[in-house]
Amino acid sequence: MDFLNAIVTLLNYVIIPASSYGAQLALGALGVTLIYGILRFSNFAHGDTMAFGTAATIVVTWGLQSLGVSISPLPTALLALPFGILITAALVLGTDRAVYRFYRAKKSAPIILVMASVGVMFVMNGLTRFLIGVREIQFDDGVRFVINAREFKAATGLAEGLALRSTQVITLVTAVIVVWALFWFLGRTRTGKSMRAFSDNEDLALLSGINPEKVVAVTWIIAAAITTIAGTLFGLDKSFKAFNYFQLLLPIFAAAIVGGLGNPIGAIAGGFVIAFSEVAVTFDFRRVVAYLVPGDWTPSGPIQLLSTEYKFAVSFAILIIVLLFKPTGLFKGKSV
Amino acid sequence: MTFLVAENMTGGYGAVDILHGCTLRVEKGQIVVIVGPNGAGKSTAMKAVFGMLKLRGGHVMLDGEDISALSPQARVAKGMAFVPQTSNVFPSMSVEENLEMGAFLRRDNVAATMEQVYALFPILKEKRRQAAGELSGGQRQQVAVGRALMTEPKLLMLDEPTAGVSPIVMDELFDRIIEVARTGISILMVEQNARQALNIANMGYVLVQGSNRYTDTGEALLADPDVRRTFLGG
Amino acid sequence: MKRTPILFATMGLLLLAEGYFGSWNTALGIFNMGLISAVLALGVNMQWGYAGLFNSGIVGFVAIGGLAPVLISMPPNPGAFSAGGLGLILSFAVAVAALWAAVIVNRRASLHVRMVAIPLILFAGFLAYRAFFGPATNAIEAINTAAAGNLGGLGLPVAVSWPVGALFAAGAAWVVGKTALGLRSDYLAIATLGIGEIIVSVLRNEEWLARGVLNVNGIPRPWPVPREVDLQLSTSFTERAASFGIDPVTASTLTVKLLYAALFLIVLIALIWLAQKALSSPWGRMMRAIRDNETAAAAMGKNVTLRHLQIFIIGSAVCGLGGAMMITLDGQMTPGSYIPLRYTFLIWVMVIVGGSGNNFGSVLGAVLIWYLYTKAETWGPQLMGYITAGMTDGSVLKTHLQDSAEQMRLLTMGLVMLLVLRFSPRGLIPEK
Repeated sequence: MDFLNAIVTLLNYVIIPASSYGAQLALGALGVTLIYGILRFSNFAHGDTMAFGTAATIVVTWGLQSLGVSISPLPTALLALPFGILITAALVLGTDRAVYRFYRAKKSAPIILVMASVGVMFVMNGLTRFLIGVREIQFDDGVRFVINAREFKAATGLAEGLALRSTQVITLVTAVIVVWALFWFLGRTRTGKSMRAFSDNEDLALLSGINPEKVVAVTWIIAAAITTIAGTLFGLDKSFKAFNYFQLLLPIFAAAIVGGLGNPIGAIAGGFVIAFSEVAVTFDFRRVVAYLVPGDWTPSGPIQLLSTEYKFAVSFAILIIVLLFKPTGLFKGKSV
Repeated sequence: MTFLVAENMTGGYGAVDILHGCTLRVEKGQIVVIVGPNGAGKSTAMKAVFGMLKLRGGHVMLDGEDISALSPQARVAKGMAFVPQTSNVFPSMSVEENLEMGAFLRRDNVAATMEQVYALFPILKEKRRQAAGELSGGQRQQVAVGRALMTEPKLLMLDEPTAGVSPIVMDELFDRIIEVARTGISILMVEQNARQALNIANMGYVLVQGSNRYTDTGEALLADPDVRRTFLGG
Repeated sequence: MKRTPILFATMGLLLLAEGYFGSWNTALGIFNMGLISAVLALGVNMQWGYAGLFNSGIVGFVAIGGLAPVLISMPPNPGAFSAGGLGLILSFAVAVAALWAAVIVNRRASLHVRMVAIPLILFAGFLAYRAFFGPATNAIEAINTAAAGNLGGLGLPVAVSWPVGALFAAGAAWVVGKTALGLRSDYLAIATLGIGEIIVSVLRNEEWLARGVLNVNGIPRPWPVPREVDLQLSTSFTERAASFGIDPVTASTLTVKLLYAALFLIVLIALIWLAQKALSSPWGRMMRAIRDNETAAAAMGKNVTLRHLQIFIIGSAVCGLGGAMMITLDGQMTPGSYIPLRYTFLIWVMVIVGGSGNNFGSVLGAVLIWYLYTKAETWGPQLMGYITAGMTDGSVLKTHLQDSAEQMRLLTMGLVMLLVLRFSPRGLIPEK
């Protein structure tokens, strides 16, 4: 019996990675849920907006690096982030002008907007590849570890090492700041409240003199900011590859729906539910169990529910269960 | 001078007209009630006054100014406020935030107006941190009226404010409406509960098929045997 | 309407020009794949055009349909079934039993019992399923690993596998449709996105099934398509080719492609005929009535969700059929090639450009977009060549632009889709 080592293993392979992944998904789902709450459609271009925002940030990072700018020990990308956000915000505002505004004025069915977002997805995908190519890119130039596995072992004398990567810490800290700022904005400012009012009851918001075009524009800017941040954090933590961002679309949608589409708190909860389920279901618990049971009970084979290739099946399964039993999500979302 | 004059309004939502030369007048500080059978175009007339429906004929004058071409939002800025019959609050927002949203267009300090609303509807002050969607039907109507009052309107328009509330709550709402009118705000409302509404009305309009059938003071309409027989159930 | 024949004739001329000025081989290649795309587009058009259902997992239905030729017409892998067949059957039986038990509990028990019992039943069922499934698949993968290592097929004619592919896709569609239909329209789009990714990852990872990324090669040809090698060995064929003045190798590939084209045309024409019949039947009119005003149709007592489920399953089945045909044409199953942008969203562009709701429009859109998509592969770099002609060789911008020519293809497809959606939402051949 060795609880300490079991806990360290669990922390190292499940809790820490799932927390940072959960924060990334939560930020992604926040973007989807905001767009849904205000513009009332599921934005299929979200994954590719994320990829574009990250690509823009990477390009600016390279520019800063070539100028010799550095904020070591933090990655330069954090300094490039505001520029990436500006570029992405300009792009999505342009997209709204060129594409979505027309359907909004026509009061088209939501599914037409979903369709248009598929077209936008194509274009953004092409733009991202044009900007930065298709290969995998590592752009984290900060210090790699906050806690290093080897040093941890030496310091504690435990058999298991604990590694805490700086990107994981940065992800969590940034996510907390972003979420705090968003909720402060939505709950305390005039513009933020007008967004909530618009999402609650569009007709009444119009009667109260709230300008819908302004609400929409602010929503796109905020969504662009959160999305770019989420994408950059994901890229710093893992690596940048455009296709991986498209694949994030499913867990992000699942997170937003699990939490209740249109509900920001739900999106955050949903992000962590999906991330923890995904990691826990695809993690091999053999080592953890081995520490907890008497020596001769040590399992011979892997104790893993699903292989990592099927991590998307986890989001899907959770999505299906929520759709079957509680289509409005855990926290009350907009409507079925 | 008559504060609101909506004359000869003709129009509808599609190809078919619902209003046929309907005329409504509201004096300053008066309560004017529109009654009539189902489908008479009562709510439509109200929406036409507020600009939510394109008129093919007639015009709307507010305080001597022709506002026929203005959007509903612009009419809010001119001093009109409208309380729709259903979904008339922001359900996930607190009572106080609902009131703030009512004052969205105002740039001055709204605290005094909010105190006035709380004085009119004390229960709202008690529940000001609670989400409007969690309140009872009668309290929600109070929030809706309160939200409309936040713009400091000169004309308050209510579309069936007592629909779906109990008789006791209805009486209380009517009392509040009288109080609002005493502060100099003109009131134009559509009511299903015609008898009770005419009781508090200075003027009443009976609409039938989109045009005026009877127009008189509330008292006179209640006393008119024809009106009583046809519209008030004896 | 004179427009339809003119547009189809123009498309034909484009392909003939490709054959005449370029190569007949390429032209026929585009045509064959265009016909398969047309089948897929017909399936999507049924869902979107008739019923307004958004399926964003077409790639999955195409892929699961493509599994059928492998399981039906590949030769059996001797010993594989006796090694793991029983285990597989048991594992699936356990899984079905667990799901069934969960459904029963869900219907009968009280809320509190359900909340505890259903997860327990599913979890226990999953563990039991795994206990049978793991050893069985390991045993199968151990048999003849280098050449097969999978269940193998039944050795039946490949044409049999086409309807089976449709059935596979229909089964997957039933599962998704049953859960996601009747809710918000977006939910179906998101759920299908999920099932699409899952089907593709199953094909990639389950080696016992279709060898995963090891690919399955040598899928038999359908009757009457011969193999090129056999044609080249036949003296009567080489003599005939010589009399036309074509060398035997070219002649053989052209013959094979033409025969495929004939086969696909028969299927496509049959499908169009059926689809047209269905569209003009009372059933089709009801479908369109539901699409145009769901609330009114529901108020008239139509079971909207059930109708949607029907059309969703039928449309997906057609996509599965197309998927099986495509694997037959390719002669191999390569799960790595199922990319959503190519198999889901490109089909969407085809349907929208062609004219959603119109079967002929979908067919035209499919062939046209496939033609453009193929040609853009060469046009892109050429165009970039012109654009960058004035720049100095080796400059960063020039190499970057030339390298990204390939990426412009997706961007162009997206633009085409957005432009058509906005300025000509009814497409080239609008619905009547």
